Amino acid sequence: MCLAVPARIKTIDASSRGTVDHMGVEVAVDFSLLPDSKKGDWVIVHAGFAISCLDPDEARETLKLFRDIARAGGQ
Amino acid sequence: MKTPDIKAFRDRASIEPVLKEIARRASRLPSPFRIMEVCGTHTMALHKYGLARQLAESGLDMISGPGCPVCITPDGYHEAAVKLLSETENLVLASFGDMTRVPTRVGPIRNAVPARGSRLRIVYSPAEALEEARGHPEKEVVFYGAGFETTIPGIARTVEAAGETKTANFSVLGALWLIPPPLRALLESGATAVQGFLYPGHVSAIIGAGAYAFIPETYGLPGAIAGFEPGDMLLGILSVLDQAVSGRPEVANAYARVVRPEGNPQALEIMDRIFEPCDALWRGLGEIPGSGLRFRKAWIAHDAERKFRLDVRSSADDVAGCRCGDVLRGLLSPPQCPLFGKACSPDSPKGPCMVSYEGACLVHFKFARRKGTPHV
Repeated sequence: MCLAVPARIKTIDASSRGTVDHMGVEVAVDFSLLPDSKKGDWVIVHAGFAISCLDPDEARETLKLFRDIARAGGQ
Repeated sequence: MKTPDIKAFRDRASIEPVLKEIARRASRLPSPFRIMEVCGTHTMALHKYGLARQLAESGLDMISGPGCPVCITPDGYHEAAVKLLSETENLVLASFGDMTRVPTRVGPIRNAVPARGSRLRIVYSPAEALEEARGHPEKEVVFYGAGFETTIPGIARTVEAAGETKTANFSVLGALWLIPPPLRALLESGATAVQGFLYPGHVSAIIGAGAYAFIPETYGLPGAIAGFEPGDMLLGILSVLDQAVSGRPEVANAYARVVRPEGNPQALEIMDRIFEPCDALWRGLGEIPGSGLRFRKAWIAHDAERKFRLDVRSSADDVAGCRCGDVLRGLLSPPQCPLFGKACSPDSPKGPCMVSYEGACLVHFKFARRKGTPHV
């Protein structure tokens, strides 16, 4: 229902509008649903609005979980 | 911030051990173990990456839920949009592309002949429709969109922005749906026997994990929020099975890099400021209490239904022979529909489930037609 893509913030202005880099393409995005956004953050964009920011620590935790499962399965 | 490497969530080295663990857990549970993937984007991704078949081999029966907004929007909305575009002069109807292709008794929106000075515009975001309205004050601009909690906050913010900029020629025809109420309705009806849920990742980014707490608490069923990469979905499924094996159902979050426990408070707040819950009619599922949203009084100047006196409830039926309603209830697998792949195909769809990129029929047609898996 809700295809949304991770993209990195390139620009953001005082009115919460700006752009993200999505696989090399610059796309206009409204950041008013994520008021703490700043340049360089990774966000999830859906229908022109950033709806959530990506937490890199949690991403690393999940990747660690894959490694743990692989290791445990091998034993 | 360093780039999160999306490839690692698709890696064979990441995925295969999880698939093995899933098979191991599934062997300890009654077979088939039925998990509903609520979200159409999950349905699409499970088939696109070939996971649906592998999971079936492990004794898991993945069934698709009501999470495709284009699919569950009754024809009455599309027919009201056709009427609006063909009978109102100097109007721009702005909508998402797939909405305009759904067949109705009066044809799809994109085949409608616009009234004098009117036209259809396909947009990617409601914000583009507002820009159109501000650039063309001599025209009425109506944004027609269907969506769940992922999409609704952006629509609400656009309505608020129209208010701030006094853009009186902008209004919204919204087919706005909430995800928890139909899950409760499905469980209450008992028609679809599911033993666990894979919850939608991006709806959950807005509403948070707590919105599903009634499912383990009242119905004792396990569930996990999952993202859309293969590894994300498999971790979610593994968690559901773990909960089932241990007999401790909860709402697990297997998509913590995107979903916070409380959701997105800013998005929830703006949704609540502009809209209020109401009973709503879903294709296939019927009337569900508190499952839709309507404009609050303060914002009705931007309500297209009121402004143009539209009747979205005029038609709730599928076009002749179409069984999308049964597919949406999980009672029928797409290939069991007499029209599937014959009279109904992506080039000539007879119902919305063959139109939407995440509709169960289209997904089946594209990815699983020859496999004959029992459900999508």
